[in-house]
Amino acid sequence: MLHTVNKTPYERNSFDSCLAHARKGDAVLLIEDGVYAAMKGTAPAKKLEQAAKAVAIYVLQPDVEARGIAGRIMDGVKLVDYAGFVDLAAEHPTVQAWL
Amino acid sequence: MSEEMEGGTVKKFLYVNRKAPYGTIYALESLEVVLIGAAFEQDVSLAFIDDGVYELMKGQNTKGIDMKNFSPTYRALEGYDVEKLYVEKESLDARGLAEADLIVPVKVISAREMTDLMAESEVVLSF
Amino acid sequence: MKFAILVNEGPYTHQAVDTAYQFTKAALEKGHEIFRVFFYHDGVNNGTRLMVPPQDDRNIQKRWSELGEKHKLDLVVCIAAAQRRGLLDENEAKRQGKDGNNIAPGFRISGLGQLIEAGIQADRLVTFGD
Repeated sequence: MLHTVNKTPYERNSFDSCLAHARKGDAVLLIEDGVYAAMKGTAPAKKLEQAAKAVAIYVLQPDVEARGIAGRIMDGVKLVDYAGFVDLAAEHPTVQAWL
Repeated sequence: MSEEMEGGTVKKFLYVNRKAPYGTIYALESLEVVLIGAAFEQDVSLAFIDDGVYELMKGQNTKGIDMKNFSPTYRALEGYDVEKLYVEKESLDARGLAEADLIVPVKVISAREMTDLMAESEVVLSF
Repeated sequence: MKFAILVNEGPYTHQAVDTAYQFTKAALEKGHEIFRVFFYHDGVNNGTRLMVPPQDDRNIQKRWSELGEKHKLDLVVCIAAAQRRGLLDENEAKRQGKDGNNIAPGFRISGLGQLIEAGIQADRLVTFGD
């Protein structure tokens, strides 16, 4: 399953709820305001580090760049563009948006 | 409608409810999809997670806000053959709620079981 | 692969609409099929032809209509959500006794069953919302 999260972990619990429901082999893609969660040295980044042991973490590069945080993304997450988003959706049998 | 559908393509639909009623329209319009979707005879489950559990609270009275109280509709779902309602225990606990506070019979399951339910679904609808 | 897209938010307020458009465009460029784009909740407002954004900004409705025309997309606006929010086509305007319609070219108004059907027929349903 591919999970998408589009809100910051400070605004809503969708990020935490997503991580609590992601299973081994799933992928989590942070998009829109969700990308802030992948900033280095933050509490959500620590949670992502934990999650990354079982789940693949991706961030949407155009959203990262738009928000001026391109140089501050934690190690271990992969950047994808919209085509990469499409690939992830195609690779996983279902897509769950944590709205 | 295509023959393939009449021939009975049945998918596992999961409606994920994570928002409280009234503050936004999502809970109501999600329920409208469930009602329309019932006619398609799919394998339907409803999941109530996070603030979605508030949708099922007993004793809702919307007179004072001049909005439609749609909570009784959850009780009518059975008549549409929508019978699989799952509520996450952790979400109830965190909000100081118990199964007895809910307007309709549900199956209370753990976050882990909820995760499995999601993984087994073929179409996930979240609003 | 056959994708269905669900758009739950209105234009300009939420980026969800922009992401949905970029995803749809990227999927088409990769040779995938878009079975349907379904607009629900405030998402129905993507389909009003009366929007006039500043010239230096994107025109979200036009962008959908143009992509729709180019790829023969089925852009469907939910009728129940549309009626609540004042989005009408010619027939609905007549039926409801309104003095005008505002649906954009390439969009059509139909029922929620179209969303369910999209879920059944498509290989993937991808949701964009708030």
